[in-house]
Formats: sequence, structure tokens, C-alpha cells
Amino acid sequence: MPIVTAAKALLLKEFVGAFLLSFRYLLKPKATLNYPHEKNPQSPRYRGEHALRRYPNGEERCIACKLCEAICPAQAITIEAAPRGNDGTRRTTRYDIDMTKCIYCGFCQEACPVDAIVEGPNAEFATETREELFFDKQRLLDNGAIWEREIARNLAADAPYR
Amino acid sequence: MDLLLSLLIILAKSLGILVVLLVLVAYYILADRKIWAAVQLRRGPNVVGPWGVWQSFADMIKFLVKEPIIPDGANKGVFLIAPLVTATLALAAWAVIPVNEGWAVANLNVGVLYIFAISSLGVYGIIMGGWASNSKYPFLAALRSAAQMVSYEVSIGFVIITVLLCAGSLNLTDIVLAQDTKWGFLGWYWLPLFPMFVIFFVSALAETNRPPFDLVEAESELVAGFMVEYSASQYLLFMLGEYVAIVTMCALLTILFFGGWLPPVNIAPFTWVPGVVWFVLKVSWFFFLFAMVKAFVPRYRYDQLMRLGWKVFLPISLVAVIVVAAVLEFVVKVGQ
Repeated sequence: MPIVTAAKALLLKEFVGAFLLSFRYLLKPKATLNYPHEKNPQSPRYRGEHALRRYPNGEERCIACKLCEAICPAQAITIEAAPRGNDGTRRTTRYDIDMTKCIYCGFCQEACPVDAIVEGPNAEFATETREELFFDKQRLLDNGAIWEREIARNLAADAPYR
Repeated sequence: MDLLLSLLIILAKSLGILVVLLVLVAYYILADRKIWAAVQLRRGPNVVGPWGVWQSFADMIKFLVKEPIIPDGANKGVFLIAPLVTATLALAAWAVIPVNEGWAVANLNVGVLYIFAISSLGVYGIIMGGWASNSKYPFLAALRSAAQMVSYEVSIGFVIITVLLCAGSLNLTDIVLAQDTKWGFLGWYWLPLFPMFVIFFVSALAETNRPPFDLVEAESELVAGFMVEYSASQYLLFMLGEYVAIVTMCALLTILFFGGWLPPVNIAPFTWVPGVVWFVLKVSWFFFLFAMVKAFVPRYRYDQLMRLGWKVFLPISLVAVIVVAAVLEFVVKVGQ
């Protein structure tokens, strides 16, 4: 019946329904997190900022096998290696990650035979300049020192599923 | 001396209403964003001050201190005048709006005509802005916007005529007083003229380029329509004019259909509340409706918009004018 349709349209039948529905949504609790103050729970597998780890005795884990450099799909990692002066063990002289190239795939972490390069839980390392995102070995080792507790906990939590 | 004094009084009144209106508009903009956000389960602006109460003022300062960019090929004079025209005309409409009995800056006997004329002139700001930008997209958007505003003004005009027939006056104060009946809010014109009220509300949405008729701006598709080339304080003036026009339409809805400053029922606790409070409450209610419509109605296509204006609203309002006139002439005086 076109007259019924017209009456419904003119009396805003569907409009009122939509209004009531959206009014119910208006009063619902908000889905948004208050980001810097509230954060989502994080998986132990979270792939954030990279870090180079050390053994508990302070020795670097990395043995310069360059598997991470080889597997990196974005070719963000650059490694140079040489025997270390004091004991002749094979170590990196240069370990750079270009964080502007990195796609955070986590392959470097999976390739590493000694759990040296890992992706930590930190994602808040925005910088003001591009240059600050070219991480060198020192920066990565410092990250390892800062995040070691969280990284170790996450690796332990994830170990049973690996 | 007397002339000077009366001029000063008019100036003071105008300044008073402008300041109150602009502060009110700042908070309506915030409310608009908050309501839109809440329906989508977002929080909306909540960082500047508690619950984001300073957000509009922060935005204003941002727009004012930004660099205004004038395109190379733009017609500089017209480009700069256009936002001024829009904002000034939007604010000028408030000269005749009575927020309480006798509380209008100018109690014109042709108040309705004045508002209608001023809001029709608003199209010029848009056309000037779109043309002076010397760019395809603002120009096309300005044409669309002008066509849309002109189309819906026709039906708005006929709806206003039905109200005028019932009230028997063009004076906004008299229109409100004509709704002061023993039936309280049931005697206000929204009920006797119900389909007209709906048509006026929808046309007001289209007239102010609000969603679902915001094809002019359509943020998701067209960036900002005729305002594409505008930045900084010129953009601010356009936005201000737009929101002031929306609040004007809410005020007009309140005066023509919702009994202006009258309390909903004429008994003790309601009549103690000052008329201004009722007026602001009613305007806020209509603004809430505007904001909710923005949140839940999808955008019209341009041909649907034109069809609604010319083939649905225009015939209905034309017939309504005749029916209302006939009823008033031959049957009763409605609302008395």
C-alpha cells in the first residue's frame, strides 16, 4: 500500500527506530581505551622494538652468524664481524638495524640460534628525526639491558609453544 | 544625546547576545563531536581540560595562529570576503530571535521574513568562496551546495507560511505568544502542524548542509567541498557560520513549532523557571537531534536529495498551505 508507506515515511517511523537504537548505543560503555593511560593486554609474542641480549655473566650472546641478516626480508640488518681482540672469539664489530625499513616480521628472532636478537615488548620509541631510527649495536645492547626482565619473562612464557 | 544612548544600548545588547551565542556554539560543537563519538562507542575529544571542555577554544586558537594560505590563482578580494559574508550573515539572523518575552535585539514586525532573507543570502558566501578559489572542485561543490540550499528554501518557505497562517503574524514574539494556550505543550504548533514540523526539520538539515544532506562536504569523499582551498581563520569563519546557522535553525524550530520560551505546562513549578532556560533547553534538544541524525543516517545521493526536495516536500507543503488556510477559514482557528 503506497499510502501506508507514505504515512510511515512522513511520520518518521524508521527514523524514530533508528533514533532509539542509536540512543541505546549513546549510553553504552565506550569501546575506546584512554591510550597513554590505559593499554591493551599484550601477548608474550608481541614483536616490538629490537634488543640484543647478553648472558647473565655479561657476555654478548651474538656470535655474528649473520642468519638474521640473511633472513631479513626487508634487508634492514647490516652486520660486520671480526675476531675480538682479547680472546679471539668471533663477534660483531657492527650490528645496525634500520628501523625505518624493518617490518617487524620477527624472522630475525626466529633465525637466531642463541636468542641474541629479540623483539621486545616496547612499541613506544617514536623519534623526532629519521636518523634516530638507524639503531646501532650500542643502542640495541642498551635496549637489551633495559628490557631484559620483560624479554626473559616473555621468552619463558612462550617457550612451551615453540 | 538620546540617539547616542539608544545606539549604545543596541550595541551592548548585540555584543551580549553575540558573546553568549558564540560561547554556546563552542560548546554545541563539542557536544556535536561528543554525541557523534558516543553513538559510535568512541570517547570523543577528552584531553583538553576535563571531558575536553576547552577543546573548541583550543581549536579556535589553532585556527587563528595558523598561516592563512591564499591560492595563487584565487581572486584575493572575493576569496577573503566570502567567509566573512557567511559568518556575518549567520550571526545577523540572531538580531530578531526572541529568547524570552521582549528579549530580542530588534523586535521586527517582519522577523520571519528577515530571517528567511538572511538565511537565503547565506548561499552567496558559499558561491563566492567556491568561485574565488579558482579551482574545479570547490566550484562544483559550491554549485551543488547552492542548488541544494535553494531547493530546500522553497519548502521551508511554504512550511513557514502555514505557521504564519495559524499565528496571524510575522513577528516572532507574536508567533510564540500565539502558541500560549491552555493545552500547554500540546497546543504548540508541532502537533497541529505535525507533518510540517517534520518537513521543516528535514529541510533545516538540508539547508545547513548537515548530514544526511552533507554532499557538499562529505568528508569521506570530497575533503571539504567549497572550503577545500581555505585554511586558518577563513576556514574558522566558514565553520563558525555553519554552526551558527545550525543553531539558528534550532532556534527557529523552537520558536515556530515548540513554543519558544513557554514552559511545557502552565502550572507552578514549570512557570517559575525563567523563559530563557526553557528556550536554551529546547534549542539544545533540537541540536541534540541534529547531532544524532548525523550519527545514524547514511548520506543521500544527490538525485535523491533533489527528488526529496522538489517531488516530495514541495507538493506536500503546497497542499498543506491550502489545507491549513481552508481549515482556518471554514472550520476553526487552530490553537485557540
